[in-house]
Amino acid sequence: MDINGIKELDRRDAVRASSKKQQQRTVKILVYIFLIAGSCIMIVPFVWMVVTSFKPLDEINTYPPSFFIRKPTIAAYRELFSIIPMGRYFLNSLFATTVITAANIFFCSLAGYAFAKHRFFGRDKLFLLLVGSMMIPWQVNLIPSFVIVKKFGWLNSFYGLIIPAMSGAFGIFLMRQFIMNIPDDLIDAAKIDGCTEFTIYRRVILPLIQPALASLAIFTFMAQWNNFVWPLVIIYSSKMRTIPLALSVLNGQFGTNFAMVMAGAVVATAPVLVVFIAFQKYFIKGIALTGLKA
Amino acid sequence: MKPFAKEFNRQKWSYAFIGPSFILFTVFLIIPVFASLYWSFTQYNILQPPKFVGFQNYINIIFHDPRFWKAMINTAIYVACTVPASIAISLFIAVAIDQNIRFKNWFKTFFFIPSITSIIAVSVIWKWLYASGKYGLFNHALSSVGISPVNWLGVDWTLPSIIIMSVWGGLGYNMILFIAGLQGIPQVFYEAAEVDGASEWEKFRNITLPLLAPTMLFVTIMSIISAFQVFDAVYVMTYSSEGAVGGALDCALTIVAYLYDTGFQRFMMGYASALAYLIFLVLFVVTIVNMKLVEKKIEY
Repeated sequence: MDINGIKELDRRDAVRASSKKQQQRTVKILVYIFLIAGSCIMIVPFVWMVVTSFKPLDEINTYPPSFFIRKPTIAAYRELFSIIPMGRYFLNSLFATTVITAANIFFCSLAGYAFAKHRFFGRDKLFLLLVGSMMIPWQVNLIPSFVIVKKFGWLNSFYGLIIPAMSGAFGIFLMRQFIMNIPDDLIDAAKIDGCTEFTIYRRVILPLIQPALASLAIFTFMAQWNNFVWPLVIIYSSKMRTIPLALSVLNGQFGTNFAMVMAGAVVATAPVLVVFIAFQKYFIKGIALTGLKA
Repeated sequence: MKPFAKEFNRQKWSYAFIGPSFILFTVFLIIPVFASLYWSFTQYNILQPPKFVGFQNYINIIFHDPRFWKAMINTAIYVACTVPASIAISLFIAVAIDQNIRFKNWFKTFFFIPSITSIIAVSVIWKWLYASGKYGLFNHALSSVGISPVNWLGVDWTLPSIIIMSVWGGLGYNMILFIAGLQGIPQVFYEAAEVDGASEWEKFRNITLPLLAPTMLFVTIMSIISAFQVFDAVYVMTYSSEGAVGGALDCALTIVAYLYDTGFQRFMMGYASALAYLIFLVLFVVTIVNMKLVEKKIEY
């Protein structure tokens, strides 16, 4: 091949490469447009919620609807906390959710450790039972759980809200999978040093599974904060309501006062949003790892 | 004797560790599963003890209950619309975010926000977006492009409205799973395809899709299961002070909403337990069929 032939090939390569680059740039621009438009579609309902919550009543019913507020007011929030005890509902949710989350961290990691590292009679069968139970849809045990809680006299109380949710098959499973990866040598060394089993759990296992605990804590917090069906079924007095329950009642009773309902939605959404943004890393990793739906 | 005592001592710790969880597990899961199985063969209203009726509940549900079939059809429509739409759109988003672009984390966050918000909050927000007449944001948007307003929460549109909202709300979660799946595909496959001169579409069709099959199976099963159990959104969107959950003419009555209605508004606990077991059966079959279908297609 003579020198001109090679030059010609080089030229063609360069042309092909530059057209490829051109094509890639076009694709990239399209990707940005798609993602930005998509993000707007995701965000607009929340923006509309916040805007509506700060509008005075006469601006809500003006035409055309506008994202601009002429006279911003916190009247809706004031109503929310005075007409209904929203502060109390907030504390109800916060208390129940916090206790449930703490209990899950403790009980799930404890059981997960036993399943991962102990040898005891019936271990594998019990674990199989636990994993199998995750296939059972919640509707199946909803009615009997309600009847049992009623028999215990826990209807309409924090006991009923909290105790049935203090541990869970999924949490135990998650903990076990993480603890399995801890080398046995560490545990054996602690045993030789004369540690009791509980000390090993507290001093060796717990510090090593902190990322997993963080994921479990966030999942549990989010799921419980947003839990609706269980409170709907067992809570009947107005002062024991949780936030989602209060919001659904608000929607029923003050459905036409959109500013107030939207203010309620803001109060319900803000805490999970804060938790999510603060712990986003653990959350997204946790989902990718486990496929758990919050 | 001594080794036995030592063995027992070690096992004692183990049982103590799993104890609290297993007491809860027994009381609120194992016992309930058998209790509702038994109750599904009884008439039970909580006040009087359950009365055994054999298969009567199941026979009544399947052969004499038009509301059950209405609920099943609504649920089937809901699943058949939300699951494919959500999977297709979220896969598209995942592929877009997985490109070499900036602000990845911002985009992920935006798409994920509805997934962390309670469905109750999302539903009341959308109820306001769907508001009838000219004040609703959606109707205003429609009228500004010359389409006449839609009565979103009327009998004809309630179910489609809930479907649209659910697709929107479920994108972020599926997106995260797909991104994780995409990142698990070895880069060398794409490099090899590039050497062979494959186009972007060919790469997506022949590398990404087949290698994403396990993720796809998982997302499909989880989506069907959770869509089949839709309740919170239906409860809020169809709530009215006089009517039962499910809306006028049961236009958006889903199977779990029907279970709630029979169990907790009419206190037919036996009948509701039978419904629960039918739901269990359907979900079990769906899972098995899905796994069998895909087993044949996953090749590596």
